[in-house]
Formats: sequence, C-alpha cells, structure tokens
Amino acid sequence: MSVGPPLTVVNGRIVGRSGEPVAGAVRCEDGRIVAVGDVAPQPDDVVYDAKGLIVAPGIVDLAAFAIDKPAFHFGGISRAGLMPDQSPPLDHPARVRFAAQSGKPDFWVHPLAAATRGLEGIELAEFALMCDAGARAIATGRQWIADSGTMLRVLQYAAMLDLVVFCHAEDGGLAGNAVATAGEIATRLGLPAAPPEAEALAIARDVALAEMAGARIHFNKVTTAGGLDLVRAAKDRGLPVTAGVSPAYFMLSDLATADFRTFARLQPPLRSEDDRKAVRRAIADGTIDVISSGHDPRGPEEKRLPFADAAPGMAGAETLLPLTMNLVREEVIDLARAFSLLAAKPAELLGVEAGVLEVGAEADIAVIDRDRPWIVDSREMEASAGNTPFDRQPVQGRAVAVFKGGMRVGVKQAG
Amino acid sequence: MASPASPYPAGSAAFPHRGLVGIAGLASHEIRFLLDEAEQWVRLNRLPQKRDDRLSGLTIINAFFENSTRTLLSFELAGKRLGADVVNMQVAQSSMKKGETLIDTATTLNAMHADAIVIRHHSSGAVQLIADKVDCPVLNAGDGQHEHPTQALLDALTIRTAKGEFNGLAIVICGDLMHSRVARSNILCLAALGAEVRVCAPPSLVPSGIEAMGCTVFTDFDKALDGADVVMMLRLQMERMTGQFIPSPREYRHLYGLTQERLVRAREDALVMHPGPMNRGIEIDSNVADMADRSAIIRQVEMGVAIRMACLDVLTRKVRGTEGWQ
Repeated sequence: MSVGPPLTVVNGRIVGRSGEPVAGAVRCEDGRIVAVGDVAPQPDDVVYDAKGLIVAPGIVDLAAFAIDKPAFHFGGISRAGLMPDQSPPLDHPARVRFAAQSGKPDFWVHPLAAATRGLEGIELAEFALMCDAGARAIATGRQWIADSGTMLRVLQYAAMLDLVVFCHAEDGGLAGNAVATAGEIATRLGLPAAPPEAEALAIARDVALAEMAGARIHFNKVTTAGGLDLVRAAKDRGLPVTAGVSPAYFMLSDLATADFRTFARLQPPLRSEDDRKAVRRAIADGTIDVISSGHDPRGPEEKRLPFADAAPGMAGAETLLPLTMNLVREEVIDLARAFSLLAAKPAELLGVEAGVLEVGAEADIAVIDRDRPWIVDSREMEASAGNTPFDRQPVQGRAVAVFKGGMRVGVKQAG
Repeated sequence: MASPASPYPAGSAAFPHRGLVGIAGLASHEIRFLLDEAEQWVRLNRLPQKRDDRLSGLTIINAFFENSTRTLLSFELAGKRLGADVVNMQVAQSSMKKGETLIDTATTLNAMHADAIVIRHHSSGAVQLIADKVDCPVLNAGDGQHEHPTQALLDALTIRTAKGEFNGLAIVICGDLMHSRVARSNILCLAALGAEVRVCAPPSLVPSGIEAMGCTVFTDFDKALDGADVVMMLRLQMERMTGQFIPSPREYRHLYGLTQERLVRAREDALVMHPGPMNRGIEIDSNVADMADRSAIIRQVEMGVAIRMACLDVLTRKVRGTEGWQ
C-alpha cells in the first residue's frame, strides 16, 4: 500500500469522544494518527488548513448495500461495511476477498459475510474462511433467518470466532410480502402491509438466541418503539446487544409514501409518526448505537414501477451526514455523540482501528462544514442512482475534504 | 350542459380533475355531479337507438393488464355509445414482466394520441404512475387493492335510484376488505355522500386503520345487518383465501354468507348488491341474489355503462372544446 508524506491538518476544531470540539491540529504519519491537539506541522509535512471547520473522524458507514465511491466520498465516508446481499452473495471466501479489495486505496470496504449459503437461511456459510479473506462480521442480509435452530447455530459459531452477527429484524411470517407498515396509509393505498410488531418479534427471538449462544448481536435497523424497548431492556441486562438506524426512520414516517412514491419504499418500511419519534428518543438516550446510510442506489428501471413492484432501498450516502447534523442542531445529541454514532461505534463493531481521532488510529479524517446549506437533488447526485426520498430538501452539513490513511481523496469540493 | 338551476359551479369547475384515478380527492359535490350526469345515459341506454355522437372522432384505449370481462365490456360499450373509436388492449401479466416496463407502455400509448385511456392493473398505484406520464385523461378501471372508482360511482347511482338520498342510510359492505379495491372506493364514496358505512369481515381480512376511511368495523355479520338499508357483498377470491385467511368456503358461508334467514335482520326493503362475478352459495345464496324486488345486482351492471359514459363525456370535454371546459 502506498503511503504518502506526513500530513498535518491545522486550524481545525477537533471532534473528540465527548464534549465540544476543541481547536487544534491532527498530525499523521505512515497512514496513522501520531499526534492530536496542540501540534505543529513538521517541515516536510503536507499541510491542510481546515480554516476553523470541524475536523472529524472519517465516517464509517456500517451496512451499505453497494460500493459507490463518489457518493461515499461526497458524504465524508471513508469506510463502509458491505452487506452480503450482492449478486452473487458474499457467502464464499473468494468473493469476500475480492470485495475487501474493491475500494482501495482511497476507500476501504469491510465485507460482511453471509450467515448462510446463498442467504437462504438454511446452511451455515464458511465464517472462519471468509474472515481470513477479510470479512469483519456476519450478517443475515436483508432477510430474517426463519428457522430458530439455524439462527442459534449461526450465533454459536459466530460467538466462537468472536464475530458480531448483524441481523435484519423482521419476522418473516408477519412480514410476508409486505411493502408497507400496516396502518391507515397502507390501507388507503391498498398496499400489502405488515404490523410493526414484526420487528419486535424478531428482536425478542434473536436476543434470546444470542443470550443462549453468548454471541454479540447487532440489529441493523431498529425502527419501532416496540423493537427499541426490547433493545433497551437487553442492554439494561448487560447483554452485548447493539442497534442501528438510518436517517429515513428519524426523518420520515409512512406519510412519505402517500403518493406511491417509490423512493420512499424502504426495507423495513417507513413507520408511523409515533415510531419516528421513538427512534429520536432512542438516539438521544443511547439505545441506538449506530446511524448508517443503508446506501442502496437503484435506477429508474427498479424504481419507476408500481410501489409494490419497485425495489426497496434508498441512495443514502450523501445525506447521512447532513441529516445526522439535524439531530445536533435540534439538540437531540451533541457533535461528539453524532460521530460516535457515525464513526466510533461502527468501527468498533467492525473491529477496525478507525472512527476516532486518537493516536494510533488510522488516519481517516473528514473536514466538515457543519452548517453549509445545500439542496438535495436526485438528478445531480454523486451516487450511481438518485433514489432519495429527500429530493429537493434543503439540508445543512457538507464534507469539504476527506483523508483516507493520511492521503487526500478526490472529494468533490463544496463551493 | 348545466342548466341555470344547476347546483354545481359552472363549466369545468364542476369537475376540475384531469382524470379519474380514485374517489380519494373527490369532493362530495363532484361525485354528485357525475351521478347526475349519468342519469341521461341511463335513459338513453333504455332506448332502442342508444347512440350519441359527442365523442365522434375521439380515440379511447382500454388498456387492461389484468383479466376482466365485465368491466372491459362496460367501458367498451360506454365509449361506443358515445361515438368514440374504442380499442381494447389486453396484456397478460406474464408478457409484461418479460417485456417493456409500464412506463414504456404508457409512453407508447401516449404517442398514439389517445383522447382517453382506461386502465386496469394488478398493482396498487400503477394507474397513477401511468396518468403522470400521459397527456390525456386516465380512468382507473381498478388498480391492485387500491381503488376502483367507477364501481363505487355505479354502486352509488344504484343506491340513489332505489333509495333517494344517502343521509341516514345504513350501508353494509361485507367480505374481503383486505384485498378489495371495490370496498375501498365504496367506503370513500358512500361516506363522502353522507351514508353510514358499516364494513364487516373476519379479523384476518380487515386491514389496519380502515375505520379512518369513514366506516365502522364489524366482525359479526348479524350485528352489522341490524336495520341496514343496503347490503353490499364482496366477491371471495377462493383460490387466494382458503387456509390462509379463512378456514374454508363453507365456514365462510356459515359466518358471512348472505342467506335469506340472515337478510331478515336488515330492513324489510333492504337492497342487496354484489359487484360480480358472484360465488353463489358462498358469499351470497342464489335465492337472495335472484330476489326480484330486493336484488340490485343486475341494475348495478346497467348503471355501470351509464356511469362510464358520464365519466368519458365529462373528462373529454376539454379536448372537445365544450364551452366552459377549455
């Protein structure tokens, strides 16, 4: 791997693990951070002047469905966990190895190994071999493993290897072919719908199985009050349970689907307004550990269809940062916690030395203008498709420079 | 043409919509306007010479992406009786999946300069999707489980013909509410017109939040029928239902079949309706369906043609340059 000259980012306001950002600099050598705070650049350093902007760890996007470098770099994201739902799925060491190399040098992909072969929920995949090939965790993919026996064995095997299992929390029997959350909106639109309790049921079972297996478990998207209560209770009992969410679930409710807008067709489906508020509370009280984009660009051939026929998912990499900054502006969380949700905690779950600006960590840095206004435009996105439910919305917060391993990457310059 | 005594705003203000995608979004006076417009066509259709040439020279495409016999025939007759050139396009679901997308189909239809397009599709929201892509009025002939507005209008006209005003009428809709676009459009339409709407189904077929559409939910058919003025039965899609949503057709009939014994609970003059085709002996007994004085099932079919003529007439007034509608 090529390593450039030492780098010092000066005149920044450095985001730490807690408290307000403090004025200072970050110095990097050989791809690692060597000093943080009141440090001066040395004579041969490349110097980047942050001009008083926020200097934060590069965002670690925990569970993306596609590697889409321009979109990630736009969003200040320097690493992403890649969900196994690829074509073909990441259920074989060779595919994992290829995926792990696919972003280098300026973007790192951390493959999440499929829990079962073909993501079919029947036979265990080769976890240990896939780990040696670069997988950082196990994931059930978009689906729930219906067979409790299989799920228990997945968790036991992952526990032996000390790998976190990333779960999709939707009870398959209740979810069926649903594309919406049961309620007035889905009923008016005549869409196949599942009750929100499908999530809590799945979490209840999987927490019980994880406790039996002694496994660490992470729920990728917890989007309902009932599901969040179960996560909260499991944490209170000291279980190694973590939860994530995507901005859509704290920004939008199922009202966003009212005109059959397929850009708002997500999985799990958008929930009620009460659940949206519950997600915000859970972010505030620490029940939710991670905010990730769930980046899943889908072109018109998959989205310009009747609602139930359209593919689920949204292109989220570019809006992850500004929508999380909304929570900071609205004082739901502070800036340090925002970067715990966006970087530190996801890095910890993936077991990578990144996500924080501390000596010894990999030099992944995002320089952020937290208040810079811009307008989301689905026609002019960096992502390979513009399927965002936030089209035409004004937002605030832009990455102005991204460094991966101490090297500046081709971030689109804001302004 | 609106007479001086017309209760409606003049010209296009009486119905200021480009197409008819659903009952949702229609004001009650707009619904009444369509019902009133249909009356003239009920009369015309009873004459030996059922022909009006006001749509002469216009092209109507009936694009049906889901099997249909009655609705397609009804729309075809409606267009032809108004003098339009009517073309039917029936597309099997499987060939659509292999071939072009719905948007491409819409673009193709648009390029053929149709003056109105009537669409039936198996997916909720598909008609709206096409309507957004074409320049001419689009009429929804049923989209998935979403809406079937002309069915609701023809049902309302049938009820009005038999019962007069809607205020104070108790109307029961019984059957598969979960999967029924007819139920959704009817609830919206009848509630907007001022009727008391009661819906009835086993809990496995009641969609969440349906009461917000303006109805009261019953699971006990006998209670729902108590003092009802109209009983509207929905078709049970047996191939989809058995074992999944209901134990068996005979158990369904036991709880929800409209029998003569059960009908006694409704008012003596209660009207019996069914959108067809009927499963005789399951959701409705033959001796109820065929009651000459009570069953409006044949009348519904008659009203269907008239309602569709009214919709085609009203929605093409702009392109025909009708005074006040340009």
